[in-house]
Amino acid sequence: MLELIVVSTLNGVLFGMLLFLMASGLTLIFSMMGVLNFAHASFYMLGAFFGFQLSRWTGFWPGLVLAPLLVGALGALVERYGLRHVHRHGHVAELLFTFGLAYVVEEVVQMIWGKLPADYRVPEALDFAAFTVFSTNYPAYKMFMLLIAIGIFVVLFAVLTRTRAGLIIQAALSRPDMVAMLGHNVPRVFMLAFGCGTGLAALAGVIAGPALVTQSNMAALLGPILFVVVVVGGLGSLAGAFIASLLIGLVQTFAVALDVSLADVFGAVGITLGPDSFLADIWRVTIAQVAPILPYLLLVLMLIFRPRGLLGTRDS
Amino acid sequence: MRCAFAFKTLAFVTVTLAGLAGPAASETLKIAFIDPLSGGAASTGEAGLKTFQYLAEQINAKGGAAGMKLEVTGYDNKVNPQESLVQAQKAIDAGSRIIIQGNGSAVAAALTDFVAKHNERNPDKTVLYLNYAAIDPVLTNEKCNYWHFRWDASVDIKMAALTNYMKGRANIKKVYLINQDYSFGRSVRDEAKKMLAAKRPDVQIVGDELHPLQKITDFSPYIAKIKASGADSVITGNWAQDFALLIKAAADAGLQVDWYTYYAGGTGGPTALRQANVPDRVFQVTEGIANVDHAASRTFETEFRNKMGAGLIYPRAVNLMHMLAAAMTEAKSGEPAKIAAKLEGMKAEVFNGGQGFMRADDHQFFQPMYISAFGPLTAKEPFDEEKTGWGWKVLGRVDTQDTVVPTSCKMQRPS
Repeated sequence: MLELIVVSTLNGVLFGMLLFLMASGLTLIFSMMGVLNFAHASFYMLGAFFGFQLSRWTGFWPGLVLAPLLVGALGALVERYGLRHVHRHGHVAELLFTFGLAYVVEEVVQMIWGKLPADYRVPEALDFAAFTVFSTNYPAYKMFMLLIAIGIFVVLFAVLTRTRAGLIIQAALSRPDMVAMLGHNVPRVFMLAFGCGTGLAALAGVIAGPALVTQSNMAALLGPILFVVVVVGGLGSLAGAFIASLLIGLVQTFAVALDVSLADVFGAVGITLGPDSFLADIWRVTIAQVAPILPYLLLVLMLIFRPRGLLGTRDS
Repeated sequence: MRCAFAFKTLAFVTVTLAGLAGPAASETLKIAFIDPLSGGAASTGEAGLKTFQYLAEQINAKGGAAGMKLEVTGYDNKVNPQESLVQAQKAIDAGSRIIIQGNGSAVAAALTDFVAKHNERNPDKTVLYLNYAAIDPVLTNEKCNYWHFRWDASVDIKMAALTNYMKGRANIKKVYLINQDYSFGRSVRDEAKKMLAAKRPDVQIVGDELHPLQKITDFSPYIAKIKASGADSVITGNWAQDFALLIKAAADAGLQVDWYTYYAGGTGGPTALRQANVPDRVFQVTEGIANVDHAASRTFETEFRNKMGAGLIYPRAVNLMHMLAAAMTEAKSGEPAKIAAKLEGMKAEVFNGGQGFMRADDHQFFQPMYISAFGPLTAKEPFDEEKTGWGWKVLGRVDTQDTVVPTSCKMQRPS
């Protein structure tokens, strides 16, 4: 039992940190520009595939550094030549633009790399069991993922609060007009922010690629969860995104471990509900079966009771 | 104006003449292969498409069947029933008379209803549905249908063979069931419980898991649960991505159990198993493997691997296409109704040796079944899987007549 709890906590934290890597970029972009970037998960996928291709040519480690930079540059270009022109037509136009971009990226990836999963391997240097929790091995690669994600959080926090560029970004987060009037090149700040945001998503892709599957439907699998994280954490708050990602990672992992259904709860009180009883399917579904949809339930509840999110600073 | 008119006339004449020059002299029988060609199950779908196209080419090289060439076209359904119906209509509009599908019993259920309705409404443009892998028993029982034929042994046939093997394994004490949450996964779970209770009442079922189909990317929470339950054996019907990732997570966590599976041999399975490094602990029940001691199938396997670069994972596809060609030759026609009449009750020599028959009552094909284990090969086994150096070894064989299960099908035959 204790083993299950410890392992689930580790797994949950890991999944949460992965979500945070992606959600941090999305929060940054949304907070800065008010654009909900539907294509964010597509940049995550591009990062994984670029990492895969680079690892075939140069090895995993150069790919780890180069892939996010390349995708970040691509993101900056998308902002400069695409989003900026659409910006003047309003938020809905920007949303549709990123929505279309997501489709285009998926098709391009399918055209270049095909529809089958890519054989993106964990580098040999990390392919061993780091430690053993009771009797379960914990792979070193997952510890590496955890460390990178924590490192990124620390770096992001430091940059945003301690450097001048970070101060400008923070100001532009809530008062973009004022910042523009003070003489800062707000469009350039936006371009940098978009590039950094997509670069972060790509980094998540490069390190998650070997652990999860690298294939052309990656974006569709992880995209929706990202939005849950950003909304639950609060639009405009990085700390909120951190807490929300951890929360959702843990909830989803622990939920799988729980085989309790409403029927069991009723059973404890004395009411038996067999497989043929009225609405049996609803009572007898276990939490483990609905684990993948719990984040969305959380999203709905959050929107009903606290639309601002946990630590949101902007109503939008 | 006059130039434009002259140009149009010239164009019209050219096109008509080109049209009259016409298609090749022999007719083509269009076969639509409707299966996932993208997403988590793409690996199995692609393998299936390539196998059927290879077989069609072989048949065409020998002159086709009933004077017709067979042409197999792939349609991507993403394992989605609604998408499959869209693709089926598209295929029928393009002239297909045969639909081949297998991955996803939910899709199969939708297709079998669709084909029945279509054939009722269009008696002059009937379509046959040949099922090579969707093994929910319901398709040859409650939902049986004259236009549907199934070449893969159904869940109950396979579970009977598997549990018969498990009856003799004294080391099984606690069994964990993990399956995909849809019709097929549930039927595996139900049959496993029923048959284990009958054949090994001493075995305790310590877990019963259902997870979403082809959606989970990280199985570590499930592996943690299996560990916590203390199971020594796992029964799973998982296929494609769900199987490969399950084994990957098990390997990462260092889980030491026996695996009793249906589809461990599917694309991606052997690679994941080799990386997990669990020799002779993974068992599967199939209608044949490469290492069966039969000269004809071994020759075919060698040629197939040379041409395709991968092993044959669907011996039943060979049976399907050979019987289709035989039915067409006997009926001297490519008309689905006539082919169906010949397929019913047909006896055939199966790919890996032995006799099989297509039962007319429910259109289920019965054939010898094999239990095999995955591990390092000996001199008797020349074929390894996915270049891992390990392969499937035959542990047991169940003869055709011992695989027969009863059916509740009340088939409505067209008059």
